Amino acid sequence: MTDYLITGADVLGRGRADIAISDGAFVDPDLLGPDPEVIDATGLIALPGLVDMHTHLREPGKEDAETVLTGSRSAAAGGYTCVHAMANTAPVADTAGVVEQVHRLGRSAGFTEVVPIGAVTIGLEGRQLAELGAMARSEARVRIFSDDGICVSDPLLMRRALEYVKTFDGVIAQHAQEPRLTEGAQMNEGVVSAELGLPGWPAVAEESIIARDVLLAEHVGSRLHICHVSTAGSVDIVRWAKSRGVQVTAEVTPHHLMLTDELVRTFDPVYKVNPPLRTQRDVTALREALADGTIDVIGTDHAPHTAEHKCSEWSAAAMGMVGMETALPIVVEAMRDYDFDFGDIARVMSQAPARITGATGHGSLETGASANLVLIDPNAPHTIVPADHATKGRNNPFAGLEVATAITDTFFYGHRVLADGELTTPHPAGASWTEQ
Amino acid sequence: MTERTVLDAADMRRAMTRIAHEIIEGNKGTDDLVLLGIPRRGVPLATRLGELIADISDRPQGAPGLVGSLDITMYRDDLRSNAYRAPAPTDIPGEGVDGTTVVLVDDVLFSGRTIRAALDALSDLGRPAKVRLAVLVDRGHRDLPIRADHVGKNLPTSSSERVNVSLAEIDGTDAVTISGGRE
Amino acid sequence: MKHLLDTASLTREDAVAILDIAEEMAQVGEREVKKLPVLRGRTVVNLFFEDSTRTRLSFEAAAKRLSADVLNFSAKGSSVSKGESLQDTVQTISAMGADAIVVRHSAAGTAQRLADTGWIDVPVVNAGDGTHEHPTQALLDAFTLRRALGGFPASGAVKDGPRGKGLDGATVAIVGDILHSRVARSNVHLLDRLGADVHLIAPPTLLPWGAETWPVTIHYDLDEAIAGQDFDAVMMLRVQHERMHESFFPNAREYARLWGLSEARLRALPESAFIMHPGPMNRGFEISAAAADSPRALVLDQVENGVSVRMAVLYRLLTGQEETID
Repeated sequence: MTDYLITGADVLGRGRADIAISDGAFVDPDLLGPDPEVIDATGLIALPGLVDMHTHLREPGKEDAETVLTGSRSAAAGGYTCVHAMANTAPVADTAGVVEQVHRLGRSAGFTEVVPIGAVTIGLEGRQLAELGAMARSEARVRIFSDDGICVSDPLLMRRALEYVKTFDGVIAQHAQEPRLTEGAQMNEGVVSAELGLPGWPAVAEESIIARDVLLAEHVGSRLHICHVSTAGSVDIVRWAKSRGVQVTAEVTPHHLMLTDELVRTFDPVYKVNPPLRTQRDVTALREALADGTIDVIGTDHAPHTAEHKCSEWSAAAMGMVGMETALPIVVEAMRDYDFDFGDIARVMSQAPARITGATGHGSLETGASANLVLIDPNAPHTIVPADHATKGRNNPFAGLEVATAITDTFFYGHRVLADGELTTPHPAGASWTEQ
Repeated sequence: MTERTVLDAADMRRAMTRIAHEIIEGNKGTDDLVLLGIPRRGVPLATRLGELIADISDRPQGAPGLVGSLDITMYRDDLRSNAYRAPAPTDIPGEGVDGTTVVLVDDVLFSGRTIRAALDALSDLGRPAKVRLAVLVDRGHRDLPIRADHVGKNLPTSSSERVNVSLAEIDGTDAVTISGGRE
Repeated sequence: MKHLLDTASLTREDAVAILDIAEEMAQVGEREVKKLPVLRGRTVVNLFFEDSTRTRLSFEAAAKRLSADVLNFSAKGSSVSKGESLQDTVQTISAMGADAIVVRHSAAGTAQRLADTGWIDVPVVNAGDGTHEHPTQALLDAFTLRRALGGFPASGAVKDGPRGKGLDGATVAIVGDILHSRVARSNVHLLDRLGADVHLIAPPTLLPWGAETWPVTIHYDLDEAIAGQDFDAVMMLRVQHERMHESFFPNAREYARLWGLSEARLRALPESAFIMHPGPMNRGFEISAAAADSPRALVLDQVENGVSVRMAVLYRLLTGQEETID
C-alpha cells in the first residue's frame, strides 16, 4: 500500500502538523519509509474519518434506491470512514444471517466500514425480541440495535431490550415516536400544519417516549441512544436525564439543524422526513444543545428514495432525505454562529459516535491508530447539486444551497478512497483490510 | 406628438342631436326602440341619446325601457391573445330585445370587430326585429363588412393615428382629438 | 393570476374581481342562450381523484356554459388504482389536450404540486385538496353572502348587484369540524380578507392545534357564542360519519346536542341571520330540519352560485395572455 505524507494540514483546526500514513495506520513521520506520496494539504483541515451512527443503505431489498456499494461510495465522498446501516431492510436485519450479509457487502465494497445495526424486534414489529445475542456474536459483531423507522413503543419490550443488551455492552437506539399520537401524521404539528390541513406529528409524541425511555434506562442501568432528536422539549429531557447520570446519548441530523416546517408550504416531498422538520425555535434549541454537548452526535439518517417515491402528492410520498455527502458542510453552516470549531465537528461527527458504537478503528489521529482520516477545505464555496452525488438518492433537501466547506480527501484504513474530491478505488486489501 | 381637436363639446352636442333625430325618423317614433351602449364610452353616449330622443319626441321623460348597455367582452375574438379584461355589466331595459329595434351605440367605429362581437352578444340575448348602429366617430379602416347607420362625424385617419374620445361623464370634458401618426 | 390553488394567497382585489365576474355570469342563466362563447374550442379537464359528484357537476356546468369541451377523469377504475404515479397520470391527461385542469384529490397540496412541478403548463384550479383548501367553495359562499347581506336575491341574475364590495363588517360563524374541513380553511382566509369578523365554534378536539394564531375568534360553546354575538350568518360544517368512532366527541347525540344547529338555536339567532351549509347536510345531526328548511337557509343558493363562481374562475384564468395591466 502507498505510504502518504500529508503536509501542512491544520489538525482538528487547532494547529498545523504533518500526518504520515503507512500500512493502514498513522505513523511517526520520521519513521516513514522512502518515497511516500506527499500531499500538500496547506489550507485544509484534517479530522479523523467521520462516523455515521445512522444511515440507510437499503440493501437487501431496495437496491433501486441504494446499495451497500453506492451507499459506501456516498459515505466516502462525504468523509465517512464508518457508517452504521439501519435494520429496516427487506428482509429486516433481525438475524445473524442478514447482518452478516450486510457486513460482507460492506467489506467487499471497500469504501467505508459498514457496520450493521440489528433490529430490536423481529420484523420491526414490536412484538418479540430479535436474536440480539446471535447478531452480537456474529461476524458482524452488532452492538447497536434499533427498530428505526418504527418506535419500540411497548414499554415492557423496551425495558427488556435495554436490559438484555447489557450482556454484550450493546446500545438500544430508539426512534422516539408515540405511534397513537402520530397516526397518519404528515408533518410537524404546529401553525403550518393547521393552515395546510396536513395531519400533525406533535412534539409530545417524541418527547413522551424519550422521557419514558430515559427513566427506563436509569431504572435498569442501561445505555440508551436517542435517534434524530428534533424538538426543543426533547433537548430539555435529555439534558435533565444527563444531569441525573442516565447513560443516554442523543443524535441530531443535519437537516433538523437547518430546515423548518415552513418549507412544507411548498408541498414538495423532498421536505418530507420522519421525524418531521420542526420550527425555528426547535432548530435553535438543537444547535444550542449540540454546542453545549447535550446532543452527542450528528447522525445523517441518510435515507435514499427512488424518484417515483418523491414524484407524487405529499401524503403518498416516502419520508426521508439523503445526507451523507452534505452532512459536514451543512453542520458547519448550521453552527456558524456558535462557539463550535473543527475540533467540535470531530467530536460530534467522529469521536463521540465511534465511542458510542465501539468503532475502535475510528475517531483518532494518534500514531498507531488506524489511518481513517478526512481532509476538508473550509474555503471552497460551492452550490449543492444532488445529481453530482455518489448516492443513488436525489432527495437532498439542500439542492441549490451555497455552502463554504468541501470534503477533498478521505483515507480509509490508509487507502485514499477520495482524492481531491473524486472517488478512487476500493481498499486494495479486498475484504480483509483490517483485523477487528 | 401633436394632438388636434376634431370635435369640441358643441360639435359633439350637434352631432348627437342630429343622430337622435335620425333614429326617431328611421324608427318612425320611439315604439319598441332600445338603445344599447357598448362599454365603456358607448354607455354614456346611449344615455345622452336617450335623453335627446325623449326631449325631441313625445316620449315621457324618464319613461323606462329605452336605454341599456351591452357588454361584449366575452364575445371578443382576442380574449386569449390580449391582456385580461374584466367583463362589464349588461343591462337590457324593459322586457328584453325580442321584436325591438336595437340601436347599438359606440364611440368610435374602427375595425368593426367590436360590433361583430356585439351582434353575437345580442343574438344570444334574443331576437330583435332590427339592429342599427350609431357611432360618434367613424374613422375607417374596417376589417369586417360592417357599416354604421348613424355617424356623428366621418373622420379620415391614417391607421397609425389615435382617435381619443373624452366624455364629461368619464373624462371630465367632451372632445374628440387625433394624436400620433407619421408627421 | 395563473392558477387558483387556495384562498390563503388570494388578494382581496382578485377575490372581489372574481365575485364581480360571477355577477355577470349569473345573468347568463336567465338569457335566451345560456352559454357564452368564451372558451369555445378549449378543453377543461376535471381530474377527480376523489369522488365528488356535486363539485364535478358544478365545474362541468360552468365549463360548458362557457362553451368549453369537458373531459371528466375519475380515479376510480383508472390506471391510478393500478399504481400509476401522479406525474404520469397528469401528463397523460394533459397530452390529450387540456387548456385547464380542475383537480380534486384527497391529499393536501396536490393542486399546488401540479402547478409547481412543471409537469404541465396549464392553469390549475383546486377543487379541494385533502383537508387543506377548497377555494371555489369559499368564493361561492362569499358571493352568496355578499348578495344576501346586501339585500339582494341570494342567487339568480341581479341588475346592479353588489359589485366591487367585500363583506366588511359582517360577523360570520363557522361551526363544526374545523380540523378536517378544507371549506373552513378556505373560508377563514377569504372571509378575513373580505373584511368579515370570523368566529369559529367547535369542540376543542375539532379545532387544529395552532388555530388561535388565525384571524378568528374561537368559541367552544355554541350557545354562549350565539348569546354573545349578533351573527349575520352561520356556516354549519358537515361532520363525517367516521369521526364518530375516533373519540373527537363521545357520540353523535352529544355532538348534536352541543354543536348542532337546533330549532331552539335557530330561534336564538338574530332574525336576520342567514344559515349556510356546503352540503351534503346531515339533517338532525349538525343541522336540524327546521334550520335547513328555514327561509333564511341559503343552501340551494350556494349550489346555484357555485356554477357562476366557477365560470368566473375559469374566465379569469383562461382569458388574457399575461397578467392584468389594467
